[in-house]
Amino acid sequence: MGTYVLRRVLQMIPVIIGTTFLIYWMVFSLGDPTVGRCGERPCPEAYVARIHQEYNLDKPLPEQYVRYMAKVAQGDLGTSFNGNEVIDQLGDRWPVTLKLATIAIVFEAIIGIAAGLLAGLRRRSFWDSLVFVSTLVIISIPSFVLGSVAQMVFGVQLSWFPVTATQGTWEQLLLPGFVLGSLSMAYIARLTRNSLSENLSADYVRTAKAKGLSSGRVVGVHTFRNSLIPVVTFIGADFGALMGGALVTERIFNIPGIGGYIFHSITTKDATAVVGTITLLVLVFLLMNLIVDLLYGALDPRIAHE
Amino acid sequence: MRRASRVLAASAVGLSLLLTACGSDSDPADPTTPDTSVAATDGATTDPAATDGAAAAGGEIVIRGCTPENPLVPGNTSETCGGDMVDAKTAKLVEYDTETSDPIMDIAESIESDDNVTFTVKLKEGYLFHDGTEVKAHNFVDAWNYTAAYDNGQAGAYFMSVIKGAYEMAEEGSTTTELEGLNVVDDYTFTIETTGPVGNLPVRLGYSAFAPMPDSFFEDPAAFEDAPIGAGPFKFESKSTTEYVFSKFADYSGENVANVDQLTFRIYTDPAAAYADVVANNLDYTNEIPADVLVGEQYKADLPDRNLERESLRFTTMVFSPNDPQLADNVDLRRSISMAIDRQLIIDQIYNGTYTAAHGWAPKVVAGANDTACGEWCDFDPEAAKALYDEAGGYDGTLTITTNGDGAHKEWTEAVCNSIKNTLDVECIVNLTVDFATYNQQIDNNEIMGLFRSGWQGDYPSLENFLAPIYGTGADSNWSQYSNQAFDDKLAEANAADTTEAADALYAEAEDMLGEDLPTAPLWYPRSIVGFSDRVENVQINAFGVLDFSAISVKQ
Repeated sequence: MGTYVLRRVLQMIPVIIGTTFLIYWMVFSLGDPTVGRCGERPCPEAYVARIHQEYNLDKPLPEQYVRYMAKVAQGDLGTSFNGNEVIDQLGDRWPVTLKLATIAIVFEAIIGIAAGLLAGLRRRSFWDSLVFVSTLVIISIPSFVLGSVAQMVFGVQLSWFPVTATQGTWEQLLLPGFVLGSLSMAYIARLTRNSLSENLSADYVRTAKAKGLSSGRVVGVHTFRNSLIPVVTFIGADFGALMGGALVTERIFNIPGIGGYIFHSITTKDATAVVGTITLLVLVFLLMNLIVDLLYGALDPRIAHE
Repeated sequence: MRRASRVLAASAVGLSLLLTACGSDSDPADPTTPDTSVAATDGATTDPAATDGAAAAGGEIVIRGCTPENPLVPGNTSETCGGDMVDAKTAKLVEYDTETSDPIMDIAESIESDDNVTFTVKLKEGYLFHDGTEVKAHNFVDAWNYTAAYDNGQAGAYFMSVIKGAYEMAEEGSTTTELEGLNVVDDYTFTIETTGPVGNLPVRLGYSAFAPMPDSFFEDPAAFEDAPIGAGPFKFESKSTTEYVFSKFADYSGENVANVDQLTFRIYTDPAAAYADVVANNLDYTNEIPADVLVGEQYKADLPDRNLERESLRFTTMVFSPNDPQLADNVDLRRSISMAIDRQLIIDQIYNGTYTAAHGWAPKVVAGANDTACGEWCDFDPEAAKALYDEAGGYDGTLTITTNGDGAHKEWTEAVCNSIKNTLDVECIVNLTVDFATYNQQIDNNEIMGLFRSGWQGDYPSLENFLAPIYGTGADSNWSQYSNQAFDDKLAEANAADTTEAADALYAEAEDMLGEDLPTAPLWYPRSIVGFSDRVENVQINAFGVLDFSAISVKQ
């Protein structure tokens, strides 16, 4: 187990260097960030020169990258054009995104798995069809439509939920969390249902039944746990993705999270903020993947990490 | 083709919508009139118990803001997110009347000149910054020197170019730190020498880049960026990822005393979210109405008696590319294309009739502008356009209209394209660049052929600002690369004129020359539309589309 973790961590190093260089190259070499910053007139030469010097843009790309990474290694993700430290911004914003992701995950896991169980245990029943149709509807609605409609109906018209989540409190994030989790909830429901129904017709289940075990024990211990493996993979990957913020949902509900920050930084060509945030996201994503892989071993004894 | 037929079918409806839109301008339900604004200020300063339409002082409001792209240093602010906040916290030598845009002395006691070259500025005594220090002559001179110095790389350096010595200072590697044309006489007097006659200098001095800076700024600019100081009606309190908070400055020395005690800019990434919050009364003011609710005037249903619109200092044109020899050398072809654009129909279809079709190069809200210079070339006349087009030899190949794809420009440029295509029977396509930066780069590199979009937002309400920076030979924003000695001379003559009226008349003559040469095709003047909550009253916006932060008040 220990060696496995060590090997995985070592494997991360080239991945981190490769991805961050790609990101840095894509963001900083595709167009000068000072172009278009002064409205309908070109920026003064002096302004362009100052920005270039401050951000090392006057140096060759590999040197820029090395200088940047040296700062990142010391915990300095850089400063935006408006004087805000990227690390401070992320410190303020990550808790909000974490809350939003937590609400979404809890919501999609509980409802999704419950619906999947219901459908999987009563195959071809009314409940199975209901789950099938309702998940189909959710999957086919784009999230910006779902978000805007939910905001309009539950926020503005019915006043059941706050219209926007500007402060990012739990109460404000409830509705955006549901919206954000709804698509994955539909996938989880289907995944659970299919995985369960497949396992219920497996040989070992028939054996267990033949041995005279109660159906509660057959389903609860032998089938349900195995059926959760693909679901856990899905939830883990989803959580990693949600940690990167939800661009669309955060925009609609004005949530001060990572997604809104990335969106704003891209539109205002705030290259430092984009690179800094994505560098950190790469780390988070790699870590989430590692945790999911370790969880496999706990769920299925057949998958062991020597 | 589909769009074009739809456009034609709806023309009659469009016209009536336009009339309604114009009518609502002087709507009696409109809560803001110049009279109440005066009463509001007086009520707050002299008689807090004043009733009868006067605004009640006190209360806190939250309005839409967006994250500033630069620190809140007036000389380094080049966009509206930071600009709005800078406006709330700074006082300048002159300010502009919210309603008429006329310049009014603020920190300045007087600005006088005999020759329009050397100006003597006298300051009011006892005007205070937020840190309690007094605004003195050197606070202006130091601030402008700082903005102009090459090493400081400030985005607003352009505005100093009118002062003698600024050109030299803007050159690469210049180490000069003082503008030759500025001279402190005593604590309350300084002189400005300009590069040439500049009759409208007092009007220009109302732009925020000319705001004074306190001594503490020069000692530690980084500390200032964290807690910016000005001499305006609101002082900076705090900032976070979600809001920028300003409070009423108790010792404010000017006339625009704030009504509310606290003004919070809540940061919104998407204007649509801010709009939803205003509809639900969770936000007191938004300066942007999303495009989808402009359609069919949905916003008027969502916000009955809670919306306001007015003409603004903005202007949209189509530039005839100077790199396209067919257009650059053929004025009749340019004229025929301009005549082929059905401006009113496009405004009705896409902007719901709220914009004003242009017949000149500056909106009427600008003093001295009469909006006639374009004459017949800006009137939609399909037969005459086609006849002139054929006479001029036509356009060989496909006409392209280029614009940036990240703004809301695709729809209307396509409409312009279709209008030209249908009238002149020429192939026309819209070419979208990835973003505004790429667009600017392509213009800079002379890569664009055909027509391309250009917008202009006035820096100060003077006709000169709509002509010199855009059509003066070698000017910064002269995308059409227009160069006309007579035009330049006329501007110089206007700058040297003794009176504002005489200057405006000469500027108008210069504008008429654009009508002869048509370097660009004027399209329309956008209007500002804002929405507000039912908690607030006395909502007024100026010609820049910026809220009068001092006048707005909370209903009691």
